[in-house]
Amino acid sequence: MFISFLHSAIRFSTIFLFGSTGETITEKSGHLNLGIPGIMCIGAIGGCIGERLYLSSLADMTQMSGFMAVFVPIIFSMLFAGCMGLLYSFMTVTLRCNQNVTGLTITTFGVGLTTFLGNTLNKEGFSQAAVYFRQGFNSSSDWFSQLFLTHGTLVYLAIIVAIITAVVLKKTRTGLNLRAIGENPATADAAGINVTAYKYCATILGAAIAGLGGLFYIMDYVGGSWEYNIDALGWLAVALVIFSVWKPNWGILGAILFGALYIAPYHIPSNNAQKELIKMLPYLVTIIVLIVTSIINKRETQPPAALGTSYFREER
Amino acid sequence: MVKALGKTKFEPLMHISKRSDIEKWKSWLIRIGAGVLGLFVCAIVSAIFTKSFGGFFSSLFVGVFGSERRIWKLIKDIAILLCLALAVTPAFKMKFWNIGAEGQTIIGCLMSVICVHYLGGSLPNAALLVIMFLAAVAGGALWAVIPALFKAKWNTNETLFTLMMNYVGMQLVSFAINSWDTTGHAMYGNLTTGLFPSVGGNQYAINIIIAVVMTIAVFIYLRFSKHGYELTVVGESVNTAKYIGINVKKVIIRTMLVSGALCGIVGLMIVSGDAKTITPSVVSGRGFTAILVSWLAHFSPIGMVLTSFIVVFITQGAGQVSTDFDLGSGAFADMIAGVFLFFIIACEFFINYKVKFNMSHGIFKPLKKAQERRAAKKAAKEIVADNLGDALAADVVEDKISDEEEKG
Repeated sequence: MFISFLHSAIRFSTIFLFGSTGETITEKSGHLNLGIPGIMCIGAIGGCIGERLYLSSLADMTQMSGFMAVFVPIIFSMLFAGCMGLLYSFMTVTLRCNQNVTGLTITTFGVGLTTFLGNTLNKEGFSQAAVYFRQGFNSSSDWFSQLFLTHGTLVYLAIIVAIITAVVLKKTRTGLNLRAIGENPATADAAGINVTAYKYCATILGAAIAGLGGLFYIMDYVGGSWEYNIDALGWLAVALVIFSVWKPNWGILGAILFGALYIAPYHIPSNNAQKELIKMLPYLVTIIVLIVTSIINKRETQPPAALGTSYFREER
Repeated sequence: MVKALGKTKFEPLMHISKRSDIEKWKSWLIRIGAGVLGLFVCAIVSAIFTKSFGGFFSSLFVGVFGSERRIWKLIKDIAILLCLALAVTPAFKMKFWNIGAEGQTIIGCLMSVICVHYLGGSLPNAALLVIMFLAAVAGGALWAVIPALFKAKWNTNETLFTLMMNYVGMQLVSFAINSWDTTGHAMYGNLTTGLFPSVGGNQYAINIIIAVVMTIAVFIYLRFSKHGYELTVVGESVNTAKYIGINVKKVIIRTMLVSGALCGIVGLMIVSGDAKTITPSVVSGRGFTAILVSWLAHFSPIGMVLTSFIVVFITQGAGQVSTDFDLGSGAFADMIAGVFLFFIIACEFFINYKVKFNMSHGIFKPLKKAQERRAAKKAAKEIVADNLGDALAADVVEDKISDEEEKG
């Protein structure tokens, strides 16, 4: 019972982890991308389009190869989501538009486009493809393999990406430069760092990673059918960035906690009304973390200082 | 500067500089241009699905102005969006990034419905409406002042705090609906009491009156009151505000109280004058759209009348396009509205910044060559004209230039 609950929590954490890792990279460059929920939707539909194209190219479903059925959607998902990241960074970095306004518009657009295309897309064969997404390493019945080895590819990919991101941000020159831009772009610029290039790369890469969260939800979690509440989950991913105080390695544990809180109403015996109260928990927990970190006011746990502001070199 | 350094590999294509000011007509020309361009791109995008380019425009305008009912729907939606935009404006002018209007409004809705649920039937409608009004204002203000208190005391990030408060509010509404509804459908039936009376046969009249009053009130509050002055100074520079003796914390808390209270009123407008029921998504993202409306109008209450019209126009019109061409629910309208808004947002760049292209960049070489040729032609023509007379001159120059080109 407990093992199966934890197993579901780990599995569900993937969608939050992809989203928050992507958003962390973006926020480290000083850009608060509120378009992440929309971008996750776009990632989902992009992956589905990729899957459709791959399946259509086959003579019949029996020729489906497990590798291609997973690989093609992942590439398409990152490509579509990356394009939205490009749009966001073009508008906020080059055109210096207000980040909140641009992000919210991207969310409106992304949710609209995804819902619209999702209704018309032919989803034949998706449930067979989803089997490959869900395939784990091992299905023996001891608790360890049950808990950690039975997940699909994207679950492990999310954890690997989060760890790599954490290491790159913390230990490498690239990560240091990126963090410097998020704290004070003028100083970073004076030090000879190409601020614009870093901001573009961080936003596009962040969006591409976040897009995989949407793909995971459609192809793995709901198994190839179509559901619409990706954007609500996307806001939780934005919340998780705060919860993990901008550290993707902590984000792994945070995501599992969020996953556990999100699925808790379905595992705790409660009536409908109580379920709605339990669903409030992830948001409340985030608010508490936000308050506590601001009271402690430690340097390591603060948002990037230049978060939300556009950088214009000639402005003093 | 590039020249001073000698030969460099990298030549910037353009130079961007901040405009100190721009003539009003020029900035409006840019905006209208962006709007028209946006509409055309929307038409192209929708033509991909509808296979009809002109159909987009006809459906768009028929959908908004086609019948009396549709015009009233337009005005009703503008009233609510305009009020929400007005509500978020004081906080934004203070550079307090409150993206919690959605939550503050839904708490206003919830408080109104709570009043109806427990008091409806036992009170006359007018008294009930007064109580609902007070409750909605209190609820909205409470939801807004919590993040403001933490911002003032500990500088807690308000963008993320208010964002989270939205979802806490929505869950509270879900909780309330589920605990009132025992059938398990998680629906709250239509209200029968606590509704705005219709004035002159028009059920939306009260909403429209509130919108007009609120526009004027917020305009006066921001432009002529001491509060408005103080919050503008805090928005421009916190240090200046402190220096001239403004209590910044007090201003932050007070402004958010005002902002939240106005959101609460919008909540009442939605419950009593529009939706007549409550669902967790009754505000349907308008709290976020309002931010856009307010920002596009540069926080000017009068400008918001126009910007809220534009946003409602495109959403309602695109909705009609999707109905006419059988493209499903509101999702298509959201998508088209998003495309259109990208253009409107992006055009602000050309209002705030001046772009000067660097003519010595490689890209402009063909352009430059053509220019030089034209200049050479003109000079040659003048010389020949002096000697031969105008009629012959053009032919001679034309021949000569083509000869030179053949030689290499």
